[in-house]
Amino acid sequence: MSGTEADRRAGGTDPRGDEGAEGLQALVDRAGAIVFDTALGTARAWKDRTGGMVIGYMPIAVPREVLHAQGVLPVGIVGGGEIEIIRGDAYYQSYICHIPRSTIELGLNGSLDVLDGMLFPSICDVIRNLSGMWTMLFPRAFVRYLDVPQDFDPARGGVFYRDAIESLARDLEARGARALDPATLRRSIALYNENRRLVRELYDLRRARPWTVPTHELYLVLRAGLVLPVEEHTTMLRDYRRLAASDPGRRPMDQARVVLIGSFCEQPPLGLIKTLERSGCYIVDDDLIPVHRDLRRDVPEDGDPIGNLVQAFLRDGAPGPTRYIGDDVKGRDLVERVRASAAEGVIFCAPSFCDPALLDQPMTARAVDAAGIPWTAFKYSENSGQFQAIREQAGTFADSIKLWSPA
Amino acid sequence: MTTAEARKDDSQIRQKKMIGDHYDRLARARDTGARCAYTFVPGNLTELLLAFDVLPVLPEINALQSGMRGKSAEYIGLAEKIGHSEDVCTYVKCDIGMLRSGNVGPTGQPLPPPDLLLLSYTGCFTFMKWFELLREEYRCPVAMLHVPYQGDGRITDAMRRYVVDQIRDTVIPALEKSTGRRYDEERLKACLRLSAQAEDDFVRVLESAKHRPSPIDAYFGGVYYIGPIFTAFRGTREAVDYYRMLREEVDERVRQGRGPITPDGEMSGERYRVVVEGPPNWTSFREFWKMFADEGAVVVASTYTKVGGVYDTGFRHDPDRPLETLADYCLGCYTNLNLPGRVAMLTRYVRDYAADGFLINSVKSCNSFSAGQLLILREVETRAGRPGGFIESDLVDPRYFSAANIKNRLESYFQMIDQKRNAARA
Repeated sequence: MSGTEADRRAGGTDPRGDEGAEGLQALVDRAGAIVFDTALGTARAWKDRTGGMVIGYMPIAVPREVLHAQGVLPVGIVGGGEIEIIRGDAYYQSYICHIPRSTIELGLNGSLDVLDGMLFPSICDVIRNLSGMWTMLFPRAFVRYLDVPQDFDPARGGVFYRDAIESLARDLEARGARALDPATLRRSIALYNENRRLVRELYDLRRARPWTVPTHELYLVLRAGLVLPVEEHTTMLRDYRRLAASDPGRRPMDQARVVLIGSFCEQPPLGLIKTLERSGCYIVDDDLIPVHRDLRRDVPEDGDPIGNLVQAFLRDGAPGPTRYIGDDVKGRDLVERVRASAAEGVIFCAPSFCDPALLDQPMTARAVDAAGIPWTAFKYSENSGQFQAIREQAGTFADSIKLWSPA
Repeated sequence: MTTAEARKDDSQIRQKKMIGDHYDRLARARDTGARCAYTFVPGNLTELLLAFDVLPVLPEINALQSGMRGKSAEYIGLAEKIGHSEDVCTYVKCDIGMLRSGNVGPTGQPLPPPDLLLLSYTGCFTFMKWFELLREEYRCPVAMLHVPYQGDGRITDAMRRYVVDQIRDTVIPALEKSTGRRYDEERLKACLRLSAQAEDDFVRVLESAKHRPSPIDAYFGGVYYIGPIFTAFRGTREAVDYYRMLREEVDERVRQGRGPITPDGEMSGERYRVVVEGPPNWTSFREFWKMFADEGAVVVASTYTKVGGVYDTGFRHDPDRPLETLADYCLGCYTNLNLPGRVAMLTRYVRDYAADGFLINSVKSCNSFSAGQLLILREVETRAGRPGGFIESDLVDPRYFSAANIKNRLESYFQMIDQKRNAARA
């Protein structure tokens, strides 16, 4: 494949000269600037402007609505990507994944000074223990391990989760945040519902016309939402959709449609996503940055708002490796997603040493196998820099789908 | 440093027989109609199982036994062949490999398949995935007990209530359904009463290591014959008798000023007293222990012997609060403590047991232990004012046990202690 064609496949052509596309590129560039600013300049500006608290969180299953309603800016922290690790490596053995060491690096080098605290939701033992490390390394920061229930009965897990939310709100208030009141929380829920709805619509659009919403762009736009206030991110989502959908330069290619799975915590480098697209894959569904899609439906906006958040988590929480499946069948959700997105294959793309993803994989791969869906698997680290082997593997996978699939 | 005679104490002989009998009961379970539940060591509900006459099978114990019997490499290899990542916990892979190889237990007899998987999700995320995997293998019911983590270093009323509610509404009904029996709270209370008696003697044995010389090795000996019995037999008269016997033996050792039993016999001439954090390596357990014993190093306290319950801070099972006490037990297990809590425990051990320092054995398999240990090392060194050492191995994957490297590090560490002593004298 020529370089030009490869770039076009990845949506990487320079679109300047077309007024609509230029706006699109500017938006994507702005999202990228937010994402790659590890010093969180956007959050700093917000803090300077409002004087509010900024609380970081590892972006899985955090009730951002509660923080928003208390006047707190929730900021998703997904490690340091490709930053140079100077001190973070001294805290971790070689057989532990990369995200905690880069997160520690960001904390120690001052990049996260804007944060008044950190929330560590229940993801795995590494992130769990990172909560205790944060307590010791940053004793003045507010640190909370947010244990979400694995028992999804309202009378048990629901009561427990409600207590966790109320306790979090009380403790934030004690640190200077606004008191949590139901009316404000309902408004915050409505804002996040709108945001999640737009994300779902973008995923729908990508499923229908993946060439319109290349994943390397969508990824940046979603990641920017970890830092931007929800209102601004909602505007960005809306603008991106309008601009992407109306870009006449985006035309379909003969690419294999794949679902990308396993990248829910430590995020892959942007180059890896571009590599997959350049190797002939349309990513038509994924589990990247799951906090945007951790609820499958809107949270009710009337009635008891905390109760609604609790119910939404229990009832509508998206399946994933960090959530106990109860009586469900492992991998069923993934197979359904493959069917719903008319995908032709699955790429298991997990970070090295990621317990939840890698322990899940034999079960989900078995389900995918049983459904007759082709799959391939490889691992990455957030600072992976060489993609040639992945490009060859993914390219071969895409070619095999195109050559041998019954369709 | 050790005598040539490798004689076992009566308690060791007795515990070996008890464990053998347990595996015999398991092997005959299909014939006798006994029900069995697979469950984990941390957060185990042994007394509750006992109250239903359900036999526990502990997959971690099976895995470590496979490691000690030299079977784990084969089992792990088999699991990796069928798609399990080389990056994940080797206990899980060893268990899966053992299952696929006929599920033969440590006594050479096949283990019965579980009637129930009692998923005590305590202090280790991998447990949840492990039983999701086993559920697909065995196609049997699972009762999930989610035990919240002590993120803020304390047990709240909400945490306790959540666990009690699950035991009452999920675990007990699952056991009733599996066994066809009604829950008998009086029987549970009787078991808990026996547990508390055994726990008194267990703590007395552990704390005997405060003496000089220490009459026990609280890590290798702790897991080899002092602690293991505590999980499958807690709540029985046998356990009470065993720990009474062990305590009397240890008291006698103290009176006679004798050191601990090691693989090569009784150790004399205690030279170094150390605290150890982290699980041991099982594939070279004897060799690993010998590296300490040959140097005259005795482990006077360890955290690994607390994964099955922390008793030396005062907790005892309380028969008057049967479900609440089970909840408190689960919530208090070592790996359910946050990192500041672990640092505090290690620091206290170094001081209370007059240790020369502490060692961390960091195992590749276990992120619940390993993630954060390098910070623990620094913190405990600072707080306790004693040197720390760091070695790396794995639980049951022999590929990660490098005897020469570990021996070198241990020798260097003990030399450092000598230098510090000499400097202090000068």
